[in-house]
Amino acid sequence: MSTFLWVIVPYVCLAVFVVGHVWRYRYDKFGWTTRSSQLYESRLLRIGSPMFHLGMLGVVAGHVVGLVVPQVWTNALGLSPHAYHVIALAGGIPAGLAAVVGLVILVYRRRMTGPVFRATTVNDKVMYAVLGTVVVLGMWNTVAGSLLQFGGEYNYREGVSVWFRSIFALQPEPALMASAPLGFRLHALLAFLLFAMWPFTRLVHVFSAPLGYLTRPYLVYRSKDARPGRGTGSRAPQRGWDKPELTRK
Amino acid sequence: MRVMAQMAMVMNLDKCIGCHTCSVTCKQAWTNRAGTEYVWFNNVETRPGLGYPRGYEDQDEWQGGWVMRKGRLRLRAGGRLKKLATIFSNPKMPSIQDYYEPWTYDYETLLNAPAQKTFPVARPHSLISGKPINISWSANWDDDLGGSREHAVKDPMLKGIEDKVRMEFEKTFMFYLPRICEHCLNPSCAASCPSGAIYKREEDGIVLVDQDRCRGWRMCITGCPYKKVYFNHRTGKAEKCTFCYPRIEVGIPTVCSETCVGRLRYIGLVLYDADKVLEAATVEDDHDLYEAQLGVFLDPEDPEVRREAEAAGIPADWVEAARRSPVKKLILDYKVALPLHPEYRTMPMVWYIPPLSPVVDVVKDTGHDAEDVDNLFGAIDTLRIPVEYLANLFTAGDVAPVDGVLRKLAAMRSYMRDINLGRDPRDEIPAAVGMEGEAMYEMFRLLALAKYSERYVIPPAHAEQAHALEELATECSVSEYGGGQGEVFGEGSGAAPTPVAVENFRVLQQTQSADSLEQLPGDNPLRGRVNLLTWDGRGMPDGLFPVDEEAGR
Repeated sequence: MSTFLWVIVPYVCLAVFVVGHVWRYRYDKFGWTTRSSQLYESRLLRIGSPMFHLGMLGVVAGHVVGLVVPQVWTNALGLSPHAYHVIALAGGIPAGLAAVVGLVILVYRRRMTGPVFRATTVNDKVMYAVLGTVVVLGMWNTVAGSLLQFGGEYNYREGVSVWFRSIFALQPEPALMASAPLGFRLHALLAFLLFAMWPFTRLVHVFSAPLGYLTRPYLVYRSKDARPGRGTGSRAPQRGWDKPELTRK
Repeated sequence: MRVMAQMAMVMNLDKCIGCHTCSVTCKQAWTNRAGTEYVWFNNVETRPGLGYPRGYEDQDEWQGGWVMRKGRLRLRAGGRLKKLATIFSNPKMPSIQDYYEPWTYDYETLLNAPAQKTFPVARPHSLISGKPINISWSANWDDDLGGSREHAVKDPMLKGIEDKVRMEFEKTFMFYLPRICEHCLNPSCAASCPSGAIYKREEDGIVLVDQDRCRGWRMCITGCPYKKVYFNHRTGKAEKCTFCYPRIEVGIPTVCSETCVGRLRYIGLVLYDADKVLEAATVEDDHDLYEAQLGVFLDPEDPEVRREAEAAGIPADWVEAARRSPVKKLILDYKVALPLHPEYRTMPMVWYIPPLSPVVDVVKDTGHDAEDVDNLFGAIDTLRIPVEYLANLFTAGDVAPVDGVLRKLAAMRSYMRDINLGRDPRDEIPAAVGMEGEAMYEMFRLLALAKYSERYVIPPAHAEQAHALEELATECSVSEYGGGQGEVFGEGSGAAPTPVAVENFRVLQQTQSADSLEQLPGDNPLRGRVNLLTWDGRGMPDGLFPVDEEAGR
């Protein structure tokens, strides 16, 4: 069981993540978008969206440091595990809080604003459920596990982080996870499930963060020869050419 | 000098009757889809009025276009870093309420309603929320100055002249302003796009959104000061007027021009110097922008320009088309067309001939001769309100160029009356506005009588480039990712698949003007394949019936 959960599942999810993105990029560039709903509602979005996204950027940065940087490195820098812990909490809790509050505002907006709710697909709902659970579990692990230390102290940098790196080193150590607290195990498992869903949801927009904008010239000139064979002439009707339809409420 | 060609348009506002045919046909062709219900690539506004979306010209509010700050040209809504910092929620994007909530009617009720005393009524339902709505705004709510006491007074272009206008404008003037995307030389929508999905085509300057690269960051909508980039709320992508490029590429005009009842649109090429664009967009004084824009254009009669154009790879027939271009004549030779809002510094490429009719109407109403040149000149000088208003639209508030154009139009009116009544033409009239009598007559011909082929001078894109034209779609092989045209042969296979618009337009022309089928060109793409829609019933063309193997025919 432990091999299945902590070796097979992660590898399958990562494979789906990578192959899925390649597939989506090749076959569905048209669907690759943020699918913004700002046109319908912008007052709540103005508060919730930056909060959630910036919070998540902080959270991701924290995960990179916590999972990728081995404890021996920070020790070598003269940073005691305790000092590291304090720094991590000082950065992680505000970021996590911003992400959670932002998410709550966004989900409330999505449910309570009629047009936004109508534009929400089943795919979106499932993704939000998984994403929300992962975020909440993560916060729980931080607050309850690390800050209040329910059920004893657990240093994830000697458990979860080592296991995480072992996956990418292709020498997985499932035993490390099997002995981790339940909150960490659920968080990790659901996070991998989220990775597997990623390429098939609107989350793909994460990978189109427009950093090239900072360096490219303002005006883009392009010859019409640039994309040979990608014409619209006699192809079958493409997505985005559906008739408007009235579904009454 | 870097010569580039630009497909441009001029609209003669005196001839616009506000019938909205251009808007409707454009919508039928391009935006009758889910997600684009509120999208009008072409719309017609009554001025003074709010326009579409409401009050879009108020750039203090909407932050569109470019501004000069500290001697440099900057996006008014903020540069790259600010764009990325606000990417999670664009602070200056119009909401659907600033456009209008699109609706349909529940026509089903009319059929399904049970027997009742009163007639059933189809009620409006929002296409956004699906709920019944009270319609309180639309793309043309203030059409013909409807509700103007409430709406038109909020027109941003009335700033500075509102006290005079409040008293007088209803009896003074009204005109229509049809608008499409300006296909600017310095497009701020493209500059605002974080993904680089909006591009200007090198060949004809048409500005397009690459639907495969757009990621829905919505910055272009803020960036465009004309608010002519729209957000498709179904697909999550930006869409805009395409200048009907599939039609332009085969040499036929845009849908809005083709269907224009007043025949007020002109399409043609202009040549310009791409190296001078930035310089012209950065002149300090707003009033100098019109002259600066004129300075960017190149004269296709100039041999050096033609040499440079050839070196830049512009085909000879395109240069020829630029010489015959009605747009070039109206903008550069007669100087009667003006750009819409040059102060946005985007260098718009759809220009307008301002309407003389508000002035003529006033003169006529006072009982004076509205075709007498002195009366008209006097009226242009005294009727400051329409002139100042037009200047706010077309010359960043500088009255002199508008004055000049209106005087030319007034002079033409007077000059032509003498000719039409068989009197001797008075050459002092064109001389008063600095024109020759012959040029004035030519201008009259172009504005009043020009035929289809004179109004639309559109060189088709080149056959040697044909493989890449969107309209032809010849490289759309069966297996898109299987290395191109493989083993499978279908209708589209073979040497020359026939593009749809070319088939209709050119082939009809050929078959209708040929005396016999044999006269049709030897490489007629229809040979071996018969389109019954274009078959005129004469003879039995090859391929009408399948070949009978046994009889040999």
